[in-house]
Amino acid sequence: MTTLRDTTTLADTRERPPIERYQGLRMFMANKAAVLGAILLGVILIISYILPLFITTDKLAYVASRHTPPLTEGGPILGTDYLGRDVALIVMHGGSTTLEVAGFAALLIIFVGATIGAFAGYYGGMVDRVLMKVTEFFQVLPGLLFALVVVALFGASTATIVIAIGIVSWPPIARQTRSEFMKQKGLEYVKAAKAIGASNARIILRTILPNTFPILIVQSTLTMGAAILFEAGLAFLGLGDPNNLSWGYYVGLNRQYFLTNWWAVSIPGFMVFLTVLSLSLIGDGLQDAINPKLRGR
Amino acid sequence: MLAIATKIGESLLLILAVLVFNFVLVYIAPGSVIDALSAGSLGDASEAQIEAVRERLGLDKSFFGQLFMYLGNVLQGDFGYSPIGNRPVVEMIAPRIFPTLLLAFSALTFAVTIGIAIGTAAARRPDSFLSSGLTVFALIGFAMPVFWTGILLILVFGVWLDWLPVAGMNDLRMSSRAGFFERAVDTAEHLILPTVSLGVIFLATYARLARASMMEVLQSDYIRTARAKGLHESKVLFKHGLRNGIIPIITVLGLEFGILLSGAILVETVFAWPGLGRLAFEAVLNRDTNVLLAILTMVSVTVILANLLTDIVYRLVDPRIRTGGRA
Repeated sequence: MTTLRDTTTLADTRERPPIERYQGLRMFMANKAAVLGAILLGVILIISYILPLFITTDKLAYVASRHTPPLTEGGPILGTDYLGRDVALIVMHGGSTTLEVAGFAALLIIFVGATIGAFAGYYGGMVDRVLMKVTEFFQVLPGLLFALVVVALFGASTATIVIAIGIVSWPPIARQTRSEFMKQKGLEYVKAAKAIGASNARIILRTILPNTFPILIVQSTLTMGAAILFEAGLAFLGLGDPNNLSWGYYVGLNRQYFLTNWWAVSIPGFMVFLTVLSLSLIGDGLQDAINPKLRGR
Repeated sequence: MLAIATKIGESLLLILAVLVFNFVLVYIAPGSVIDALSAGSLGDASEAQIEAVRERLGLDKSFFGQLFMYLGNVLQGDFGYSPIGNRPVVEMIAPRIFPTLLLAFSALTFAVTIGIAIGTAAARRPDSFLSSGLTVFALIGFAMPVFWTGILLILVFGVWLDWLPVAGMNDLRMSSRAGFFERAVDTAEHLILPTVSLGVIFLATYARLARASMMEVLQSDYIRTARAKGLHESKVLFKHGLRNGIIPIITVLGLEFGILLSGAILVETVFAWPGLGRLAFEAVLNRDTNVLLAILTMVSVTVILANLLTDIVYRLVDPRIRTGGRA
């Protein structure tokens, strides 16, 4: 019976001094750069998802003579490309393609990375050694080149691109999750869970994993940014869906005309830049809110 | 010494793993060489003829039979034949290695030296604008797509200002009798813009790393001692400070070499730089799988060797690692 009483007292220690609610949110709001990032991302999401609902014109239609510069009278506001298509319209529609490919890739990265990291960190020993060797292997693979090979071998569908980005990008997440699990598994609340006979699966999923969420959330914003850059790079090299022009793909298409038509390459590229920047700013702000000690690093 | 030997052994295993992995990828990919050939030059071949080709290419062997054949070929430097270039793959790849390495090392040198200089300056004055702005610069540097930076640099410095050459490694008008020196200067000019576009991604990261590590180092006792005994500030910084402050950067250097070479593919494509990256781009357009696989192998091996080298340099720079475990 004593053991049972022990665990109840251990469980009682969960009643920590009350933590101010929304403390994290307030710290995030105090970080001007992070708020700027959130606003930027909001605007980008509106441009990519809400605005297209109100525009019914065909995005690929001919609207004005080829290479019409931006702000020309009678021409579309951001000019036309080498086929006389409206740059603003295509860039607006390109957002969802870019964000969806990158979003799915980021989900895959987090899932694979967190799973491998959790196993390695929780079980330690031989499991850890083997999994870390596998992680190291994928870390040294030159990512973009590897993705090129995969997409070239298996065809340029959205699924292949997502998988290709996912396969090469998970190692940093795995390392982070692993070190977090190693730190947490020695703590008392995990010992308590073991003492009441919780299964390993339960401890990993229900006890430790929720405590790694803060770090995983920060990592997912940064991962999302990296995935967007990755998608943009692949698409720029011509590995994308020609019917759903993502930003990177559109830059690649317009590349050979950039001497006469600087806007059709710089505007979609600028959108990639803005989106990744907004995500990084948010990630940086979240990092500060979660771990104020690292501020300014 | 034992530690270095282990590291070399591990690197060799990694290289083997990369090769096996490459083979498995091709093995499970849909479509085979036979399909491609029977659609083209072998169009009206009989069953027996196709069987003969299959046998000659070793495709009738088991999985492991084919794997060992592939490994054997690669170890002998035989990466197969490129139907597009109509040459053995090795002949296509060999002349491309030097330009890529030149670009990668140039970008790395640019990022590391300027990054360390900025980081050290920021560490000395933590409250300065330079220091507080560094985080934002780092985020901006990270967020810029390499190919976009490259195109913007071409537009500004190559077209509007007309200061620098924007394509290739040498001026096409250069006489073939131009001396070595003249050629080197010309290449250096062509190297500037690609170096900057590739280096910028890492510049801010290294500056941030250098600042963090130098701030820690500059607070330590031995720096105070060095200053107290009246050493010149530059000696304190570069001889005493940097030697310790540089260690975290060396660690990251090896790990990021893969990212560097990935970025090189995009930069080479933008600047028509005659390296492995541009060859990879052309190979993707032509679906020239053998060339792509060979490039993937070459680049992976380069990254693994770079990591090995980093590890060895690391031990030389920091004697503490030689004796004990890693901190």
